[in-house]
Amino acid sequence: MNALLSPADIDAIWLTLKLAFTVTILLLLLGTPLAWWLAHSRARWRGAINALVALPLILPPTVLGFYLLVAMGPNGPLGRLTAEVGLGALPFTFAGLVIGSLIYSLPFVVQPIRDAFIAIGPRPLEVAATLGARPIDAFFSVVLPLARPGFLTATVLGFAHTVGEFGVVLMIGGNIPNETRVVAIQIYDHVEALEYTQAHWLAGGLLAFSFIVLLALHTLNDRQAKR
Amino acid sequence: MSHDSALHFDLALDLPQLSIQAAATLPPRGVTALFGPSGAGKTTLLRMIAGLESGGRGQIRLGDTTWQDTHTTRRLPTHRRELAYVFQEASLFTHLTVRDNLAFGLKRARSTDHTIRFDDAVAWLGVGHLLDRRPERLSGGERQRVAIARALLAQPRLLLMDEPLSAVDADGRDAILDTLEQLPGRLGIPIIYVSHSIEEIARLADHLVLLSAGRVLAAGPTNEILTRCDLPLAHGAHAGAVLQARVVAHHPDEHLSRLAFDGGQLLLSTLDRSVDSAVRLRIAARDVAIALSEPADSSVINHLQAIIVDLADDPNPAHCLVRLQVGEAVLLARITQHSRRRLALKPGMAVWALVKGVAVR
Repeated sequence: MNALLSPADIDAIWLTLKLAFTVTILLLLLGTPLAWWLAHSRARWRGAINALVALPLILPPTVLGFYLLVAMGPNGPLGRLTAEVGLGALPFTFAGLVIGSLIYSLPFVVQPIRDAFIAIGPRPLEVAATLGARPIDAFFSVVLPLARPGFLTATVLGFAHTVGEFGVVLMIGGNIPNETRVVAIQIYDHVEALEYTQAHWLAGGLLAFSFIVLLALHTLNDRQAKR
Repeated sequence: MSHDSALHFDLALDLPQLSIQAAATLPPRGVTALFGPSGAGKTTLLRMIAGLESGGRGQIRLGDTTWQDTHTTRRLPTHRRELAYVFQEASLFTHLTVRDNLAFGLKRARSTDHTIRFDDAVAWLGVGHLLDRRPERLSGGERQRVAIARALLAQPRLLLMDEPLSAVDADGRDAILDTLEQLPGRLGIPIIYVSHSIEEIARLADHLVLLSAGRVLAAGPTNEILTRCDLPLAHGAHAGAVLQARVVAHHPDEHLSRLAFDGGQLLLSTLDRSVDSAVRLRIAARDVAIALSEPADSSVINHLQAIIVDLADDPNPAHCLVRLQVGEAVLLARITQHSRRRLALKPGMAVWALVKGVAVR
């Protein structure tokens, strides 16, 4: 038997990890203010934004991917914008994949953080203010530590979900080695080529990875609760 | 900086179920109680003073510092008002130890001359043995002690307390009340204490602001408000007067202590206080009887000469209330309408007040 994983498999794994890291970090940075707004705003269109954030949960990935492809295309609004600022076309690039994944994984990051903010409620912020903490100080010294379980869940779910995406990648990323060929696509290719052994190694690896991630999440949350 | 810390407020706020329209100027020292039935707007008013309630209008001034002014739209955010707030329920930061909770306010103290030191606050509130614990491992009473110490360490110029004992069991409450009684003498800042417990107020408050449906019904020294027959407090089951007294002597052979107040002297069963120490006494209206002459053959040992100031009907048709001037002090007596007619009691009459029971606080 040759090596368990071919060089192409290893490339796919690296690309997948790179994508998942990039997307998770960006989502934590962008999703936190959005989650804060969703938790605290009394604006009338908050409900609509909430629904929009949740949309990727129920939308078939191909539908999402289709619209993204249209939007990023040379005649789409996003495509025109990127052409205008000299970034070139996004479809079938790593950057395009990042944007697609940001939207696809958005609810998995925003919702746990939003729920953590809601669960904390206004009282700790009021207490902090009466003790002389300015709002930004109160956010970092009180809200962030109290919302830690929410951030943990958001990070793990956002990362794992990006690792496992397939439909959106297929629609907007295609199958370009080292650019858009992630593990899920690689498995699909192996199966198409009837390379079941290779597919088993990658699929089994993904299965084990997902299980370990969820197990770690539960263990960490339990430990947090017990402290 | 001026050391005058009188709080003046004139505030209005319209809420669906309550409309606040309240103004008062509070004394610069001591405890002022905000008292009233639930729904009177006590907590809302306190939150407005702290800047925690949005949408209100009006003016707030502490000494010469303006916190809020309708005309200039000047409105200091809560974190820039030199106050501290003790919330009704435990409000400790659960991600921090007791020590770090205490340090939170100290680190952010708005005044740089730390007049209240960490060790003092810890000692006053008796939380030294709890410093390394987490809030969830404290009892309700311990949590509030830590919350009060944390508030003091923020070096406030005004301390706000919103029913701090409502989530504490009876034993813990009594112990914390003992601690709170000591605070005014140690702090020299005004304290506003929200409560609907007449007992807490009788023990703590020097001053009383009576709220009803968002409005100030009356404000003044505690005993004056407690004994005014035109106010609801004099008509409750726990109506009575609060007197500031001083231990004069102990009589060990009789197991009695002699106390002096502005209107005379009282004999009580032996008090565990040293001679000359100040004691707050509570005399319930139902424990005061009235006689036209000093009885020589009564078992009641405390007889005080008094002048009837005011008579008022009680909600109970069998009873009436008598407001008595005893020297500089005022007592309240609840007697039957029958006795009132039989003795022909009228304002201005000189009578004897017979005091059957005195509660020491």
